[in-house]
Amino acid sequence: MILTLEHVCKEYTKGREPVPVLQDICMTVNQGDYLAIMGPSGSGKTTLMNLLGCLDVPSEGTYILDGQDVGSLSDEALARVRNRLIGFVFQNFNLMPKMTALDNVMLPLLYAGVPLRTRRRQAEEALRLLGLEDRMHFYPNQLSGGQCQRVAIARAIVGKPKLILADEPTGALDTASGEQIMQTFRTLNERGITIIMITHEKHIADHADRIAHILDGRLVEPEPVQAVKGGAFAK
Amino acid sequence: MENIRLAFQGIWSHKMRSLLTMLGIIIGIASIITIVSTIKGTNEQIKENLIGSGSNVVTVQLYQDDWAYDMSYSPIPAGVRTIDEDAMKTRLENLSLVEQVSFYTSRNWSDFVTTPDSTFSGEVYGVDQDYFNVCGYVIGWGRNFSPADYENHRRVVILDTKAAGVLFGTDDPVGGIVEIKGEPFTVVGVVEQRNSFQPTIQSYQDFYLYADTSAGAVFLPSVCWPMVFRFDEPQSVAVKVEKTDDMTRAGQLVAEELCKSQIIGYSPSGTQTGFAYRSEDLLLQAQQLQELSNSTNVQLIWIASISLLVGGIGVMNIMLVSVTERTAEIGLKKALGATKRRIRRQFLTEASVLTSLGGLMGVGLGIVMAQVVCTYNSLPMAISVPAILISVAFSVVIGLVFGMLPAMKAANLNPIDALRRE
Ligand SMILES: Nc1ncnc2c1ncn2[C@@H]1O[C@H](COP(=O)(O)OP(=O)(O)OP(=O)(O)O)[C@@H](O)[C@H]1O
Ligand SMILES: [Mg+2]
Repeated sequence: MILTLEHVCKEYTKGREPVPVLQDICMTVNQGDYLAIMGPSGSGKTTLMNLLGCLDVPSEGTYILDGQDVGSLSDEALARVRNRLIGFVFQNFNLMPKMTALDNVMLPLLYAGVPLRTRRRQAEEALRLLGLEDRMHFYPNQLSGGQCQRVAIARAIVGKPKLILADEPTGALDTASGEQIMQTFRTLNERGITIIMITHEKHIADHADRIAHILDGRLVEPEPVQAVKGGAFAK
Repeated sequence: MENIRLAFQGIWSHKMRSLLTMLGIIIGIASIITIVSTIKGTNEQIKENLIGSGSNVVTVQLYQDDWAYDMSYSPIPAGVRTIDEDAMKTRLENLSLVEQVSFYTSRNWSDFVTTPDSTFSGEVYGVDQDYFNVCGYVIGWGRNFSPADYENHRRVVILDTKAAGVLFGTDDPVGGIVEIKGEPFTVVGVVEQRNSFQPTIQSYQDFYLYADTSAGAVFLPSVCWPMVFRFDEPQSVAVKVEKTDDMTRAGQLVAEELCKSQIIGYSPSGTQTGFAYRSEDLLLQAQQLQELSNSTNVQLIWIASISLLVGGIGVMNIMLVSVTERTAEIGLKKALGATKRRIRRQFLTEASVLTSLGGLMGVGLGIVMAQVVCTYNSLPMAISVPAILISVAFSVVIGLVFGMLPAMKAANLNPIDALRRE
């Protein structure tokens, strides 16, 4: 069990009135799970992802990640958790435009305090794993969308995280590059990394082991795609 | 380290904007460097002007109360002995700091030295044989006074170049006759001041300070003094000192010695007659003038500091804009695990690299400006190294102070908002 959400609520205050975005979410994700989250626009998927990624804390309820209660952690500790445990993949890649692919991938290791030489070696390794060994010194604007996303994935996995959070990772890609990314995720998942992926598209979600649906901030019954590896969800 | 490299990258990729941001700092630092360098130059010059670099001569004169005693309009001062030159010379030259002394009598603004064609109105000195040596004169033409001139009371004079010009025009003065109060004297030589002894005169004030010496001088052997003036006038003393910085002290020592031995009934608390020997303290005057020029310039530095302050606010402003612009970058870095401290440090480094770069450029510009100002006013150039170090350090501090607010803003950005904004 890598994470559990217990009766998690999230609301934003717009003017006077609080706007509930997530309501009473309970879920458990085990080590090595590959989970897709689907839902209509505005249903709260990104908000949930931000909570899972420790970029935000719940308004109510508890979130336990890797045995730690996230709500009780300091800013500093949250930064460390994001750095060590989680790798993010965004829809629009979010690469640093003024850095080469290699420098982009080295960034999380810099924050982890890894010395330069090790940093470079590990970043090169990660890029090689994603088939980008001949694009290491390219800038993002010299790479295709698919290549950018693979650089972003390399950046997400370079710190050897336990969990990868991907918010519409194929949203900006064509079908072929999207498929390639899905294959990469599959490989990573087979190596034991837990993946949680948000998507709009059914055929992308089908690559995951399980699909969860979110509607108006509520999690509805999970829909297993393949054999369920243990009781993933509890209500 | 990494931050500094990134900061330089950032500055380089927005050259124009960075330059404009630094402008306030550049101008502020440049003006401070210029002012400080010119102050230093002015001070050196004041000292040089007043003392004449390397002359190291203090004159010790008889004063009554607060005024130098003027022999031309006053009787022989009662209660003041004439100096026994040979005995006093050894006594004074044995004092520490004193290298050599010379005794002389003098008249200012004379109008009794004439040739058939013209009248000289400068100074007239009755001097001993060491005078030219002590006061830094060299024989430019003709000969020096000889011991025989003194023994035989020969009626000879030596002119300085100015007096020679006034009295003889372009003619050769050596061998010519000048009359002093009707007594004929033969000119035997012309003296000029050794180059390094010549004070530089650039301004009206300088001229005023030197008016008396620059009017020219006529020298006769001290033994001839009574032929035209009076017997028993108390002499003044020119004291050559070994080191410039000792001038004040040496002058005081000599004055004290003279007071004790020459003035009857002298006590340090004052004498009934009010007579005392005092040294003409040029070094002190120089210092007073320097202080005066310093205090006006300190105000200029304050004004320049205000421009530094404005420069700092400019830096803060641009940094705030830059934080807003780079919200997405900051959000991403936070998502990747950058702590608040790291983000804050990144922006502080950027601000201080920006301002210290501006500081360095300001120092460069300031040196150029100081050079221009000094050449224009023909001041000696004196770059102050401590001022340079302080200004660069100060510009780093400005970066840290005015970078604080933008850095806090960046560090406290909510990563979600930061990521959401695209
Ligand atoms: N900072 C905020 N302040 C107020 N409301 C917010 C804030 N962030 C999100 N919301 C609201 O929360 C709801 C869910 O937003 P969220 O971004 O999670 O949707 P989503 O499921 O990711 O949608 P999409 O598929 O379009 O990305 C939206 O109605 C949005 O207006
Ligand atoms: Mg979304």
